[in-house]
Amino acid sequence: MWSRQRGRLKPLCCGVEELRCRRREREAALRKARREQQLVSKRLLRDEALEEAEEGCVAMIFGEAEIQQFLQLAQRGTEEKEREGALVSLRRGLQRPETQQTFIRLEGSIRTLVGLLTSNQALLQLEAARCLHELSHSEQSAVVEACLPATSYLLTYLSGHSSDFIELCLYTLGNLIVESEAVRRQLLPQGIVPALAACIQSPHLTVLEALGYALSQLLQAKEAPEKIIPSVLGSTLPQHMLQLLQPGPKLNLGVAVEFAWCLHYIICSQVNNALLITQGALSTLGLLLLDLAGAVQRTEDAGLELLACPVLRCLSNLLTEAAAEAVGGQLQLRDERVVAALFILLQFLLQKQPSLLPEGLWLLNNLTANSPSFCTSLLSLDLIEPLLHLLSVSNVVSVLVLTVLCNVAEKGPAYCQRLWPGPLLSSLLDTLAFSDTEVVGQSLELLQLLFLYQPGAAQAFLQQSGLQALQRHEEVAQLQDRVHALQQTALHG
Amino acid sequence: MQLPPALHARLAGAPGSAEPLPVERDPAARTAPFRFAPRPVRFPREHDFFEEGDVQRHLYLQDVLMQVGGAPERPRVPEFTCQVAGCCQVFDALEDYEHHYHTLHRNVCSFCKRAFPSGHLLDTHILEWHDSLFQILAERQDMYQCLVEGCTEKFRTSRDRKEHLVMRHLYPADFRFDKPRKSRGPVMPGAAEQVLAEALGDDGVPSEGDAMEVCSEHVEPPPVPAGERRAYSHRIPSTICFGQGASRGFKRAKKRNKHQ
Repeated sequence: MWSRQRGRLKPLCCGVEELRCRRREREAALRKARREQQLVSKRLLRDEALEEAEEGCVAMIFGEAEIQQFLQLAQRGTEEKEREGALVSLRRGLQRPETQQTFIRLEGSIRTLVGLLTSNQALLQLEAARCLHELSHSEQSAVVEACLPATSYLLTYLSGHSSDFIELCLYTLGNLIVESEAVRRQLLPQGIVPALAACIQSPHLTVLEALGYALSQLLQAKEAPEKIIPSVLGSTLPQHMLQLLQPGPKLNLGVAVEFAWCLHYIICSQVNNALLITQGALSTLGLLLLDLAGAVQRTEDAGLELLACPVLRCLSNLLTEAAAEAVGGQLQLRDERVVAALFILLQFLLQKQPSLLPEGLWLLNNLTANSPSFCTSLLSLDLIEPLLHLLSVSNVVSVLVLTVLCNVAEKGPAYCQRLWPGPLLSSLLDTLAFSDTEVVGQSLELLQLLFLYQPGAAQAFLQQSGLQALQRHEEVAQLQDRVHALQQTALHG
Repeated sequence: MQLPPALHARLAGAPGSAEPLPVERDPAARTAPFRFAPRPVRFPREHDFFEEGDVQRHLYLQDVLMQVGGAPERPRVPEFTCQVAGCCQVFDALEDYEHHYHTLHRNVCSFCKRAFPSGHLLDTHILEWHDSLFQILAERQDMYQCLVEGCTEKFRTSRDRKEHLVMRHLYPADFRFDKPRKSRGPVMPGAAEQVLAEALGDDGVPSEGDAMEVCSEHVEPPPVPAGERRAYSHRIPSTICFGQGASRGFKRAKKRNKHQ
C-alpha cells in the first residue's frame, strides 16, 4: 500500500560497531549545531569523513592544465564518447576541494560549464549538471557562489521533462539554497517559488522527493517567515503538498517525509496557518495520522518515525489556531480514532525512537486540553494505564503524561471517578519520589484535583504513606506552598 | 506498553466521537497555590523542544544526500536507436534515451526545428517568432511576456523584456533563452539555417552580438558516419521533420512555409 521507491541506503563497508560509533558522533555534532541554530549548514549535509571512508577510489587533484584540457575536449572533441568522458573525469576531480578551487579560478571555466549545461547534447548536459552539483556541495563559499551564473538555467530546466536531469537540478538548487542568504536573495527574484510550484506537478517520485528536499531547505532559512513563506503560501504549493500527503495507495514514504517537513516549517513559523486550515490541512493530516498508525502495525518499515514526527508537530501546532476551533465541527477533530492512532504511535515510538515521545504527548495534550470528548475517549478506551506506563521514561515525558492526566481530572468528578481506583495512586506516589521539580509540581496539581473531586482519594493517599512522600519536598521553593496545602487537605479534609 | 486489544479494532472501526461525560468544575480547583489550567501549547520554530526530532531529520538527510550526485549504475540494455525520423543516436540505457528525447525532440518548433527546454519557452518562441499576428499586435500593445514563470509583466519590445529580466529577476544579461531577433517579419525555415550558421561560434556557444535566437542551441544535425564528420553548423534540408508528433506549431503552419 505504501510504495517505497528504490532503497536509498547502500550497504556500507565498515563494521556495525564502527557505524554505531560514527552515528553517535554525527548525532552529537548535529545536536551542537542545533543549539547554535546552525542546523541548516552545508557542512552538516554531507558527512565528509564517512564518505571518504567509503569511496574506495580517491579522486585525483587536477591542476589548471588538466582542467583546461578536459574542458576543451568536452567542448570541441570530435567523438561524443570522448567529450562525455572528459566531463566524467572532470567531475571526479571536482570531488576534491583543491580541484574545485583551481577550477573556479580558471578564467572562463564556469562559463564553459554553463555552456555545456545549456547545450543540446543531452549526455553532456547531464554530466555538466553533475559537475555543477559537485561544486554546489562545497563547504567553501567561493566555490558555491561560483555556481550562481547557472541558477537561472537550473530554474528554467525545472519546467522540462527529463526526470533524472530535473532531480539533479533540484538537489543542486537545494545545496545552493543552504549556502547563504545572499544566494537565496538571487534565487527568489529569479522565480524559484513559481518554478517549484510548476515542477511539483511532476508524476515522478524521484523528482518530487528532490523538490521536497529543496523546498524544505528553503523554508528552513532564517529569513523564511518574512521573505519566503508568504510567497509560498500565496502559490499553489500548499495545495499540492497536501495532496501528496493524502493517505492511500499512491502515498510514497520518501516524498511524504519531505513535504511533511515542509509543512512543519511553514506551520511553526506561524505566518498564516488559518489559510492552511481552510485548505484542509487538519483533515488531511488527521487522516494521515490514522494511516500511519495502521502502517506501523503492519510493517517493520524503517523510517515511519521520520514521517510521524513532522505530522505530530503540524497537528499539534495547528490545533492551537483559532481557526481550528471553527472547523472543530468537522469529524476529524472529534473522531476518537485519532486518539487510538496516537496511542498506537506512542507505543511504536517507545520501541523505535523514545526521544520522540514528547512530540506525541504534546499532541495528546493539545487534543485533550479543551475537549471533554477526547478526555472521555481516553477513559472509555482504557488508555490511562498505558499512559501511566510511560511515566518511567524521562522527566520531560513524565511531565507531559501528568499534564494530560490533569487535563482529564480537571473536568470534574465524573472524570475523576473513572480515574479511580486503579494504578494511578501508586504511580503518583512514585512520581513524588522524583527529584525533578517540574515532575513533582505536576504531580501535586493532579493530587489536588483528585482530592477535590474524588471522595476517598485523600484517605487512600494517607494510607499509602502519602504524607511521607510529600515531606521531602517541604523545603523546595517552587513546591512548598502546594505541599503544605495538600498536607492540610489530606489531614483535615 | 501494553495497549488494550480493542484499540486496534477501534482504529479500524467507524469514525465517531465519545459522548462526553458531564463537565463540572469546582472553582476551588484553580485557587492559589494551585495553578493548573489546561491549555493547548504551541512551539515556535527554534524551540528546544524540537531538538531531538530535528537531529533525527538531519541524520536522515545526510544519509540520503550521500546517494545523490554520482552517476548511478544504469542497467544496460541492448543498443537501440532513437526512433525520431532523422535522428540516429544510439543508446544502451533507457534513462539516457529519456534525457536525449526530452532535450532534443520534445519541445521542438515545427517551423525552425529549434529545441527548447520547456513547453513554456517553446510557446513563447512560436508566438514571438512565427506569428505575424503577434508582430502586428506588438506594434500597439505590450506583447513580450516575461519569461519567468509566475511573472505576468509584458513589454513593448524584447529589449525591454530583457532589461526587466536582468533588473527585476537578476537574470544574466546573456541568458541563452532570450536572444533578441533582428528581423521584423516571422522567421522562415530557410532563414533559420542561415541563422544557425551565423549564430554559432566555433566554441559551440551562440555568439552574442548578432545572435537571433530566442531559444537554446543549434539543433543537433543527424550524426554522420565518422569519415564525414563535419563541424557544427549545417544546412538542415527542409524536407527533414523531426518527428510528426514531436514538434509543435500552429495548425496553419503549412501555409506559411514559403520555401516549398
